[in-house]
Amino acid sequence: MNDCALAARGLNKSFGSLVVAADVELNLPPGVRYALIGPNGAGKTTLINLMTGMLRPDAGRIFLGDDDITALAPEKRVRLGLVRTFQINSLFPHLTALESVTLAVCERRRVAQVWWRQLTAYRQEMDEAYDILASLTLAPVCHRVTRELAYGQQRLLEIALALATRPKVLLLDEPAAGVPREESKELLAALAGLSRDITVLFIEHDMDLVFRFASRVIVMVGGRVLVEGTPREIASDPRVRAVYLGKARDG
Amino acid sequence: MPPVFGVLFDGLAYGMLLFLLSVGLSVTLGMMNFVNLAHCSFAMLGGYVTVTLMNGYGWPFFATLPAAFIAAALASVVLERVFFRRFYNAGDLDQCLLTIGIVFISIASAAYIYGTIQQPVQLPSYLRGSIAFMGLNLGVYRMFLIGTALLITIVLVVALETTRFGAQVRAAVNNQRMARGLGIDVDRLFAVTFALGSGLAGLGGALAIEIVGLDPSFALTYLIYVLIVVSVGGLGSIAGSFAAAMVLGVSDVAGKYYVPALGAFLIYLVMIVLLMWRPTGLFGRR
Amino acid sequence: MSTQAIVGPHAALQAQIRWRWSETVFWLATLLPFVLTPNYLVLASQIAIAALFVLSLDLILGFCGIISLGHAAYFGVGAYAAGLASKWGWGEPLSGLLIAAVAAGIFGYLTSFIIVRFRHLALIMITLGIGLVLQEAANSASWLTGGFDGLQGIHTWPIFGKFRFDLYGYTAYGYALAVLFVIFLVARRLMHSPFGLALRGIRENGQRMPAIGAPTHAHIRTIYTIAALIAGIAGALLSQTTETVSLEVLGFQRSADVVVMLILGGTGRLYGGLIGAVVYMVARDQLSGLNPQFWYFWIGLLLIAVVMILPNGILGGLALLARKAGVKP
Repeated sequence: MNDCALAARGLNKSFGSLVVAADVELNLPPGVRYALIGPNGAGKTTLINLMTGMLRPDAGRIFLGDDDITALAPEKRVRLGLVRTFQINSLFPHLTALESVTLAVCERRRVAQVWWRQLTAYRQEMDEAYDILASLTLAPVCHRVTRELAYGQQRLLEIALALATRPKVLLLDEPAAGVPREESKELLAALAGLSRDITVLFIEHDMDLVFRFASRVIVMVGGRVLVEGTPREIASDPRVRAVYLGKARDG
Repeated sequence: MPPVFGVLFDGLAYGMLLFLLSVGLSVTLGMMNFVNLAHCSFAMLGGYVTVTLMNGYGWPFFATLPAAFIAAALASVVLERVFFRRFYNAGDLDQCLLTIGIVFISIASAAYIYGTIQQPVQLPSYLRGSIAFMGLNLGVYRMFLIGTALLITIVLVVALETTRFGAQVRAAVNNQRMARGLGIDVDRLFAVTFALGSGLAGLGGALAIEIVGLDPSFALTYLIYVLIVVSVGGLGSIAGSFAAAMVLGVSDVAGKYYVPALGAFLIYLVMIVLLMWRPTGLFGRR
Repeated sequence: MSTQAIVGPHAALQAQIRWRWSETVFWLATLLPFVLTPNYLVLASQIAIAALFVLSLDLILGFCGIISLGHAAYFGVGAYAAGLASKWGWGEPLSGLLIAAVAAGIFGYLTSFIIVRFRHLALIMITLGIGLVLQEAANSASWLTGGFDGLQGIHTWPIFGKFRFDLYGYTAYGYALAVLFVIFLVARRLMHSPFGLALRGIRENGQRMPAIGAPTHAHIRTIYTIAALIAGIAGALLSQTTETVSLEVLGFQRSADVVVMLILGGTGRLYGGLIGAVVYMVARDQLSGLNPQFWYFWIGLLLIAVVMILPNGILGGLALLARKAGVKP
């Protein structure tokens, strides 16, 4: 019935007179890399919040594969495979990198409520966490407490947490934001290395990244989807230019 | 007139008292997030100042009221300078422990100086007794209390809405970081607001003697009621404190009158229900 | 490369969980009152009971960040449950603990549904309200609770039929200490379990937990029920060892005391609560002995001193000292 990994129909959300999402339609086929771009305040992060259940829409439906997930709680959506990362790191400051990812793995495997057995008995979960960290070059620092990690490493940890939940659809909110040049190599490798089984939508301002990783681009302005197409089409679209250049002239 | 109006009248008077005691804490909590559990110690101080001046030095009741306000305000300034300002960035638990320590010290000091019995206070003759009005006996003192509290409320609201100081307070409560960014000296603003709020508490403590009595346990007993008013009303909101104080004052008096078995219960149940309905308070930020 | 990976993380975790020499010292020290201060065994059993109560609060406050000003509700339910069981003819102590645990656990489970839905000031005030309402209810239901005078007619049978509760408190302290130790071991195990990790995750970043698929509410309900259960056992110990129960077991004073003891000792480390209980109770006993009316003053001073000098409670301060001295506790 539905050949999309993630779809949204008629999403609407307003805060009083401020419209943050207006009749948003979205169809993400499986395995495709989508970039979501648009000026600040266009409603990109809001869209992710709506899709993941952190925000309830005023109207509209959201589908993950064949399932209507509009009424599901956020953690249930994660269990079905819809996962996001945060634009500003949302990590566990005093947990080590390994503990953080192990926690995510344990939650996924539904063993996190076990209070009568020690964590040392869960070797599989810890190994899996370690392997994820290793794939993101974080193995050497896995015993460091999160708040002591470099910013770029923390961004990688954000992705590690998401990967630990074995996502089917991954929503990345500005994954490279704030990462200094020296630390961005690992991050870009991580993004490139994401499995083709995962459908990825990422919000980005850096057009280099958009061109490198996305096969399709969605442009949002003022809570609406303006246009959708390949990166080349979008780059040469006069409407998109007007939105960005217009903003620059005013600012 | 049916007794319900008498109950309403007494409830309003009690509510006004609660408002005076609570408004300072609500604003300072909303502005700086500093958990000051010693707030009612300032109220108690005001009460004991009135007692000392009246019984020890023969001051007239009215003259002691500004003294109670000033004494409490001064005490708060001293404490704020010496202790509190180091803990603005400390965790909630540390602030709790610090201010509870001060409460304990204040209770012990009061017990040492004045003993643990309730302090008697002789009201001036024109404040005693009651006036018969439409079949009700309205206590004169309660009318005085309501009048004074209303006057203070009006002054507060006017100051908040029309003066520059008031605008700064509203800005700081709304968004502290933004207010600093606009050049508002939030630390000094807080010190002044804190002093005013504590002064009002002191005044409330002085006025409370006739209604609820004064002994060293006042600092803890009324802390609970003040916290209830502040949480139900919403942090940083004068209107919220007022509304909550009215609701709770009337509920308490009505409960004790109509359903004595439930008596003290009712105010807690009302609080729980209201907080479950509006967790950030009646006028709090969502 | 994979085999090397397996040694690293697991070994690190083992090191964390391992029983430390300082812990052995601590628990051996708890046996000292039998030998050094046999006149104070009654106080010692009171301290052990308080320590168990503080431990139960640490599970929700220290590990989960839930500040409760009404935790005495569960202590009181347990105390009355065990007291009533004894009054109605069943004075066997260990099964009395079980009865109390079940009663307090059920009440904890039911209230946990309310607790999970709120945070910050609303949560604190709701817990306060629940405690106050329960105390008033117990006062009104004097046909059951004995009201202001408390329960009469409690008589605790000897433990295992052999150990009678003597006047000096040997049995009482041994009993309370044993129960405290067993439950401590359980709590310590919980701390190092996957659930313990999940609780720390909730405390560190409650918003992130749903985003990794964690059923946060279910987790909180579980730990809250466990904490209530343990508090109930502590209450039962009190009623069994003192053979009295009065309204103050449910009171705000008791709820406030336990919060103070926990913050004083240091939250989130289990031993912090135990140390806080010891310091607070000993200070209170000594100071009120010196100066019955004004012990409040010195306690207040103690609290202020601790906050100003030791930001993470006494245990935090000790840990800092140990680190400076180069000792690994």
